Amino acid sequence: MNFDLSPDETAFRSEVRRFLDKHLPDDASHEDPDFLESWHAALREKRWIGFAWPEEDGGAAGTLMEQFILKQEMATRNAPPLGSDFMGLTWVGPALIAHGTPEQKARFLPDLLAGTSSWCTGYSEPDHGSDLASLQCRAVLEGDEYRVTGQKIWTTLAHEAKWIYMMVRTDPDARKYRGITCLLVPMNSPGIEVRPIPNLSGVTSFNQVFFDNVRVPVDNRLGEEGQGWLVTMAALANERIGISESTEKSDHLDRLIELARTAQRKGKPASADPTVRRRLARFEARIEAMRLNELRHLSARLEGSAPSSETSLNKLLRGELEFEMSELSLEILGTAGLEEGPWQRAALNWHGTIIGGGSPNIQRNIVAERILGLPKD
Amino acid sequence: MNFGFTEEQQFLRDSVRKFLDERASIPHVRNWIESDPGMSLEFWRELAELGWLGLTIPETHGGAGLGWVELTVLFEETGRSLLPSPLLSTTLASTAILDHGTPDQRSRWLPSLADGSRVGSIAILEPSDHLVPSALQARGEADGSHWRIHGEKSFICDIDRADFFVTAFRTGENDEEISLAIVDRGAPGVHTEKVPCLDSTKSMGRLKLDGVQIAPEAMLGAPHQAWPAVERLMDQGAVAATAEAVGSAEAVLAITVQYAKDRVQFGQPIGHFQGVKHPLAEMHVDIESIKSLLYYAAWSLEGSPAETPRYSSLAKLYASDAFTRIGVDCVQLHGAVGYTMEYDAQLYLKRSKWFRPMFGDADHHADRLAALRGLR
Repeated sequence: MNFDLSPDETAFRSEVRRFLDKHLPDDASHEDPDFLESWHAALREKRWIGFAWPEEDGGAAGTLMEQFILKQEMATRNAPPLGSDFMGLTWVGPALIAHGTPEQKARFLPDLLAGTSSWCTGYSEPDHGSDLASLQCRAVLEGDEYRVTGQKIWTTLAHEAKWIYMMVRTDPDARKYRGITCLLVPMNSPGIEVRPIPNLSGVTSFNQVFFDNVRVPVDNRLGEEGQGWLVTMAALANERIGISESTEKSDHLDRLIELARTAQRKGKPASADPTVRRRLARFEARIEAMRLNELRHLSARLEGSAPSSETSLNKLLRGELEFEMSELSLEILGTAGLEEGPWQRAALNWHGTIIGGGSPNIQRNIVAERILGLPKD
Repeated sequence: MNFGFTEEQQFLRDSVRKFLDERASIPHVRNWIESDPGMSLEFWRELAELGWLGLTIPETHGGAGLGWVELTVLFEETGRSLLPSPLLSTTLASTAILDHGTPDQRSRWLPSLADGSRVGSIAILEPSDHLVPSALQARGEADGSHWRIHGEKSFICDIDRADFFVTAFRTGENDEEISLAIVDRGAPGVHTEKVPCLDSTKSMGRLKLDGVQIAPEAMLGAPHQAWPAVERLMDQGAVAATAEAVGSAEAVLAITVQYAKDRVQFGQPIGHFQGVKHPLAEMHVDIESIKSLLYYAAWSLEGSPAETPRYSSLAKLYASDAFTRIGVDCVQLHGAVGYTMEYDAQLYLKRSKWFRPMFGDADHHADRLAALRGLR
């Protein structure tokens, strides 16, 4: 156990810091298109957009530890994401690298790295959410085309994306995991209809997507037929290093502490109340636990262990933490917490992030069944 | 950077666990705590021979010369078996002498602590149960080159087993004018009293000091300036106790998971029901999180001492809350048999109650963390 960086790791961190000094001005706005363009151009030149990807696929073949250092330095400096297409870079790229044909890689990866494609992912269906493996959106092979008919729902960014990475059922008779196949489908294909669903904040972030006899060339199948579940799970297991998440929570805590110092409750700053201070300290303990859980998981990976269900741990911690932090912010604000503002939006958005990628009860099932070995539901 | 244990550390864990599983299983522990000294003196001598009592004592003084990460491994395992012994107390006493003693004091005390011929403990808290300098009221009066201590010390572990107590006392009017000394159990004016403890695997008691004379060579560190040493000692105590708590929590979780797999109701194992499996999953999340905080805190004791106050408080805060809940939930998930003396879950429940306030309760550490961020 040694938390000091090795000479190589220190050298890489210096390289990242020099890069950030040069390309990330203190007053950079994540909204400014000119800045974002130069930021992405600088990253492309370093091959850092697909940092962990193999060199032949356009990446820098960065190690897990370098990835960790890069993400941590970027999060500390509040840098914008490595690329604009989060879904594509996080889920689609790794799945293509692991299972794509040379033609598919040549066709999709350069656009992903150039930031000219944009992806959404089609998993959940109206009747198949937590029980994802029972999904029913059908694809029937006719000649060299699939015909896709069915629905996807809660599809984030479907109203903006050019492509959808989706799981469809190709064999209704196979046991549920086995009859699933992965398809890469242009969102402008005839027969696709996108209906936005406003979330409880009134914002459109996700959609319902209807597929009516949508023709998809067989060349757009990723992996073998019937292997879609494994292809997707392998991509999910190739999970990103979650350090930016705990740094993000840590920034959130800093803002909450500032709120507690400045907001007045009964004529005194909210932080004068010891119960408020103790709640803040408990948030700090869980945020730091998340960061160190991630590091410990990373160390185990470096020593050769496979990605594991341990990532569910931080997802559970994060969900409760976000809820309790936003509740405290509203309590501190009191009646003023009813007025529109960032704290109110965060308190409402939590209800979406807690479900995305698997509800807390699903995460608890994963921990109980896969780690503790309890009977399956 | 590396968050893993070395092969040697893993070997230490495996061999300690194997030995304790064979020789200090729960039936052994139950026998020992029902007998008179509340522990096995014979087993204690074996631990000394195995080198467990001097793990961090330098080899020149008869120890193994290892560090706090190894110590954490050891305490996780003794916590797993609820081993009744003064290991934690004597380790803290030897740590205080190692960190703050003169070369003469080290040579005089450490070899006997490493070989188990002497046992030490620490006497910091007083009946006020408040871990701030102003709450320490036991007073030392200058008497030529000596000091004379009057006062009372409380919540002392292994009061009946220790040959001496590393004792904190006030030597001036200013808040932080605190000194540390080695108080011999047999010195005139020393009165010990064992107090029955809710957790019978732990021995606790009080110390009354009636004008106990302290020679200059028994003073640890410079007079009046020992408060930082007291704080570090409490941090080391928090780390060691949290390591024990991790082992105990893992053990009672394993027992309860097994029970949930075996116990059948409504035609299926109760572990099938989310009302049972979800609290067990939450326990696993909490235990892993405590480990992450604990290992960093343990590493920081030698690797990054400036970070120790923050990380020992983060670990103890999280663990005080979580182990308390784990103790309660595991007994409850057993149903009525959880309430019996016969089932083992109650032993861990009692250990969780012992752990909660020791070396600062959750509120103490939360207040300290808030203060470190400038909130007060």
